[in-house]
Amino acid sequence: MAQVTLWGSLSAAAGGRDKLDIEAKDIRELFRKLAEQYPAFEPLIDRGIAVAIDGTIYRDTWSKELPPGAEIFLLPRLAGG
Amino acid sequence: MNFDPRFSGRNFTSVGTRPIRPDGVDKVTGRARYGADFNMAGQLVGRILRSPHAHAVIRKIDTSKAEKLAGVKAVITAADLPDLTDGDTAMYDILDNSMARKKALYDGHAVAAVAAIDARTARQALKLIEVEYEVLPHVTDVDEAMKHSAPLINDAIFTEGLEEKPVKPSNVCKRTQYGHGDVHQGFAEADMIVERSFKTEQTHQGYIEPHACVASVNADGTADLWVCTQGHFVYRQHCAQLLGLEVSKLRVTSSEIGGGFGGKTHVWAEPVALALSRKAGRPVKLVMTREEVFRASGPTSATSIDVKIGAKKDGTITAAEATLRYTCGPYAGMWAEIGAMTAFACYRLENVKTVGYEVLVNRPKTAAYRAPSAPMAAFAVESAVDELAKEIGMDPVEFRIKNAAQEGTRASYGPVYGPIGIGPTLEAVKNHPHMKAPLKANQGRGMACGFWFNFGGQTCTDLNIGMDGSVSLAVGTVDVGGSRASLSLVAAEELGIAYEHVKAVVADTSSLGYNDMTDGSRGTFSSSMATISAARNAIKVLRERAAQMWDIPVDDVAWEKGHAVAKGATHGNLAPLSLKEIAAQSGKTGGPIAGHSELVADGAGVSFATHICDIEVDPETGATRVIRYTVVQDAGKAVHPTYVEGQYQGGAAQGIGWALNEEYIYGKDGRLQNPGFLDYRIPVCSDLPMIDTQILEIPNPNHPYGVRGVGETSIVPPLAAIANAVSNAVGVRMTHIPMSPPRILAALEAEREG
Repeated sequence: MAQVTLWGSLSAAAGGRDKLDIEAKDIRELFRKLAEQYPAFEPLIDRGIAVAIDGTIYRDTWSKELPPGAEIFLLPRLAGG
Repeated sequence: MNFDPRFSGRNFTSVGTRPIRPDGVDKVTGRARYGADFNMAGQLVGRILRSPHAHAVIRKIDTSKAEKLAGVKAVITAADLPDLTDGDTAMYDILDNSMARKKALYDGHAVAAVAAIDARTARQALKLIEVEYEVLPHVTDVDEAMKHSAPLINDAIFTEGLEEKPVKPSNVCKRTQYGHGDVHQGFAEADMIVERSFKTEQTHQGYIEPHACVASVNADGTADLWVCTQGHFVYRQHCAQLLGLEVSKLRVTSSEIGGGFGGKTHVWAEPVALALSRKAGRPVKLVMTREEVFRASGPTSATSIDVKIGAKKDGTITAAEATLRYTCGPYAGMWAEIGAMTAFACYRLENVKTVGYEVLVNRPKTAAYRAPSAPMAAFAVESAVDELAKEIGMDPVEFRIKNAAQEGTRASYGPVYGPIGIGPTLEAVKNHPHMKAPLKANQGRGMACGFWFNFGGQTCTDLNIGMDGSVSLAVGTVDVGGSRASLSLVAAEELGIAYEHVKAVVADTSSLGYNDMTDGSRGTFSSSMATISAARNAIKVLRERAAQMWDIPVDDVAWEKGHAVAKGATHGNLAPLSLKEIAAQSGKTGGPIAGHSELVADGAGVSFATHICDIEVDPETGATRVIRYTVVQDAGKAVHPTYVEGQYQGGAAQGIGWALNEEYIYGKDGRLQNPGFLDYRIPVCSDLPMIDTQILEIPNPNHPYGVRGVGETSIVPPLAAIANAVSNAVGVRMTHIPMSPPRILAALEAEREG
């Protein structure tokens, strides 16, 4: 079971909750279950959500495993210059 | 992807050296081809008609007279670019920005375009297009736009991120919040609190090369686009979607780029050029004038920021809070959100809260500008940090060191940091001779810190070994700062050959798999990872070919210093085979030798910098001069140190212009008053001292060589470092960027008048 912290504007998609417990082995499964449980996440996932796993930000590696006990933050996908 | 990106701590032979860049001779001899240097037989000249109004309903466009003018081959309006975005609001905004559909939303917004046989005819045709406008009230100031009485720019936008769903539309398209702890409690524990408001004006990236392209749509539905861009694959996606083309039938070739800095990360005039070519049946060349570049492309946000920071007498920050309001132009954005994320990222804070408001105004669509949004937030925060240090009586460097984030610190934007470089940059600044150099009368010294995330992304690279043993490296990230040299060094390092035998090119979109654009400081980080992967794949083939040549098992062949080496007692008498020798036999051992890589380069390490600046202020005129400037920044690993230094210097130079002079000035009519380099003053060489640099190398654990992005962080601290220097020089806290002479004089006068 991974505890996921929703940051910034993302918590609104989960009805105002900023922490969720989700059983997921990798980012792909995490996103799938998020969209199942909270449909408001689906367009946000399509638009792009970054996942910080123990401080390292992943934007596109959906196969990245979520290690047990890892700190997981969902952040908006940002623009760069 | 079967590639281990973890840092390996290896020793380097090529990486870290400073050879001449492969594009250098072409650039200094004028042979390099930029966007406007490409021409096609029979090409037409494209020109765009732009709105003179800041905010107006487009009632009617009559193009009939223009169409009848001899030499005009096509005239288009939004009707020629139908909405194919299928609910993708971000793409719809890009489409509407390329060609206004119902309303002109800013001075310079495109409303029609022509393609004609020459520029004169095209200009005449523009004058014959009749546009009937219903002029609306406008708003260009960020604070004014937030008021309930402000003219509404888009009545379909309701503020996102509020606890209660709003019932009325607003110019504030989104509210976001970051932070942790309890700031009220934190401020209650503080012995000293500094609270101030700051403003920064809108600036342009100031790329020397205007937007330019040649578009050619063929009768069979295929198309070519030659364009100056930071991401030709992204431009292909955008243009294909907006014009209803199949991606594989649109080939986009990127030219050399005369600066982008974020301003060439999405399309502007390119869909217009393609639509004109499609209608005219001939190639169309479209080059923006400098005035068009200013009025209709690229600017960063103007901002209004409130900061409050509290600390104990011993220098421990107990709470930090900021409210950030950023302009987005007339389309929704997330610029304030990025400011809210980065504002306090340099510090170890138990109680922190930032709130961002995205604000629509009648200005051009805001685009990324080198670490977008972070410099303005850093200006406000680092100014307040400096003031707080002074109030407490601590040295500003020591105060920052005491509160600096470190490995294990929870970042103000959420996650916990891994190994980071803010502490080492501060220690380096503390010990730098610059900090001890004496100052003269009217001179002040300032320093400040800055943070940027850095990104990776989708990346594809081909490495082909010629039969003479030379290596062609085809990459898909546009070279904005010397990356072809850096990537050639990486290929040479992996293969164990000399840099001179590697030639890197930026391949077109039909020759290579998709690549994200060169943004987020990702060019060298991502493409070096893909190059390492491609080279290792090529080495696997080289070992197999050597095994064939020796007729031994491939497992008995290792790759060492550019040679296949036979391992084991039974092969000990075999002389190593060089890459060149194996390549020469490739036709007889299985054909061409190549390595290919497609991967997502994630795990870019965050980056920190600390800058020092000395400024001299003329108290009579308010004129400023930068006397000395030093950049200290963590690069993870500097692949080509000269170009890392170039990135540091370039960011500082742009920051100096932003801090001291650059500013979009709008009249009461909402029209831009200074769309040219005479009135919008970027720094020239004579304005700048030699910018000193110090590269720190704290390896990124998520890259085989430890590389971090370096392109953007260098523009984050300058606004604050210079503001602190000017404030120290004149004895008045400067709170409004740019600190142009009139603004400095006004601040001095206000101080005198109490």
